[in-house]
Amino acid sequence: MRDQRRSPLASVGLHATLIVASAVAVFPPLWLLVTSFKPKSEAFSTDVVKSPTLDNYHHVLADTKFLTWFGNSLFVVLITTLLGVFVAATTGYAVSRFRFPGMRPLMWLLLITQMFPVAILIVPLYNIMSTLGWLNQPIALIVTYLTVAVPFCAWMMKGFFDTIPVEIDESGRVDGLNPFGTFWRLVVPLAKPGLAVTAFYTFITAWAEVAYASAFMTGEENLTLSAGLQTFVNQYTSDWGSMTAAAVLIAIPATLVFSWAQRHLVAGLTAGATKS
Amino acid sequence: MAVETGQSAGSAAGAEGARGRVRETAATHRPGKPGKPGKPGKPGEPGRPGEKSGVNKRPPGRIRNALGRHWYAWAMVAPVVLVIGLIIGYPLARGIYLSLTDANEANVERNIGMNHIPATYDFVGLDNFTAILKDPIFWDRLVWTVTWTAACVALTFAIGLGLAVILNRRFAGRTLYRSLLILPWAVPAFVSVFAWRLLYNERNGILNKILDGGGIDAVPWLNDPTMAKVSVIAVNIWLGVPFMLVALLGGLQSIPGELYEAAEMDGAGPWQRFRHITLPGLRSVSSTVVLLSTIWTFNMFPVIFLLTRGGPGDSTEVLVTYAYRLSFVNSPRDFAGASAWGVLILLILMLFAAVYRRALRKQGEVW
Repeated sequence: MRDQRRSPLASVGLHATLIVASAVAVFPPLWLLVTSFKPKSEAFSTDVVKSPTLDNYHHVLADTKFLTWFGNSLFVVLITTLLGVFVAATTGYAVSRFRFPGMRPLMWLLLITQMFPVAILIVPLYNIMSTLGWLNQPIALIVTYLTVAVPFCAWMMKGFFDTIPVEIDESGRVDGLNPFGTFWRLVVPLAKPGLAVTAFYTFITAWAEVAYASAFMTGEENLTLSAGLQTFVNQYTSDWGSMTAAAVLIAIPATLVFSWAQRHLVAGLTAGATKS
Repeated sequence: MAVETGQSAGSAAGAEGARGRVRETAATHRPGKPGKPGKPGKPGEPGRPGEKSGVNKRPPGRIRNALGRHWYAWAMVAPVVLVIGLIIGYPLARGIYLSLTDANEANVERNIGMNHIPATYDFVGLDNFTAILKDPIFWDRLVWTVTWTAACVALTFAIGLGLAVILNRRFAGRTLYRSLLILPWAVPAFVSVFAWRLLYNERNGILNKILDGGGIDAVPWLNDPTMAKVSVIAVNIWLGVPFMLVALLGGLQSIPGELYEAAEMDGAGPWQRFRHITLPGLRSVSSTVVLLSTIWTFNMFPVIFLLTRGGPGDSTEVLVTYAYRLSFVNSPRDFAGASAWGVLILLILMLFAAVYRRALRKQGEVW
């Protein structure tokens, strides 16, 4: 409704802003895409592709374990995302709605996990994983990524739940639902934008993580995509051509997941329902 | 069953004492229940007498009811506490312990071939910390780290909010713009940092090619101390905006449209609507993202390390990259020193979080 009254000038300004911002956002990945079609010898030249080639892609898909890595990543990331979103949602809800003993220490605990530098955590974590016999197992990465992603997601979900009126919960109680039923049947459906955001965040965190993946996983069979990508630089003496091609292949699923997630970010999704 | 509405955060203030009472009951009735590991120092708040009597008047069934509800809360947070307590607890404790020793590469426990060499480092108390605090390097790095964090978070938030507000409207091409703007997030960070290095390259980089076309001399993007600082901040903002944008967009979506319509009917202009509806509606989400992105930026390792390795000189070295250098690059590798830097980083961030929380609390936000 507001939009119909937008003047032509405001419209131009709006689109101009967005076009400039989009150009800045897209350019580096686009340049990567362009580079991925260049023959190896021209990887560092600034010219647009003279003789486009699929060699880099062919090399990545045919000569490396790319598809295995892809499968590994997919497995780790899917489980991490499912568990992470669920756990973050319950935690966020508990913290948003209930005052319970231990709540404040919990909020601090979640924050503190984000404060200590990863560079220093990684060695003791490696020791734990090796004691548990989890090295080279997907579970090592799943658990680690959960500790990385869930604190943020729980905080985020708390924020979203805070914006959902308490009256909704109360109506659930009046109808005889227990708190978990209220949460699951009434509140979760309303928190879809928040869930979409946290799901995407968890996905991307796990999908693009390098440090833990290269520390915990060894042997080409077990690597995830981003750890596998590192081998192009170490092993084939900086094969940036393959690297860019692989980077493009890695970015595609992430972009797809986002386009799925953003369907839940449609305006006004919760507007009607939150009316008390 | 219209009971215990006091459980909800919305009307929490008056029922604090009641909860203290319920908590005591919970503790005595179900001593062995799980759900409380890793939560040291639960604030007791042993109830205010006046309110407590209010609870005592209630029939016991309701107390049990409320008690049951506490278990829901604990059950809901238990998985998180367990995983985090197990996975982060030990490394954290270990790091703090190492920071009080003189451990380095030469005296830690290690295996050389078949021989196992036990650790020989000693407990040195706070020596590492006094050494660091007397060292001007620390203060130099701290000043730059704070500048870097403040610049990155402020600009990322401002740009993200601006774009989110624009994208929250309805207009042709919105979905397309949104997908394009989010793209920096979809590409793994270390790859896009590499892309930026290609762009920044002084001789062959496309940025300087473009400037050249406009008759401007090449800019040493990463080789001049000041330009390098600007360049790393720019890349970090570029990386951070999509996240901020999505988070704030999510927050904007949950502000009921009716509020805007009502405000418009009352004659509120765009600025007033932004000021009095959008900003308060976003407060919960934005206070979270600002807090967390401050912590992340303060500890941002990949961008600086991959873009400049802290250089030129040490002009872009933040506290984290310095700690990493102590523990992984320098020789002998100084584990104690790196841990002490890590603990100091932790303390600084906790101090920040405490101050931040106090500021929020003045505005009525509690956690």
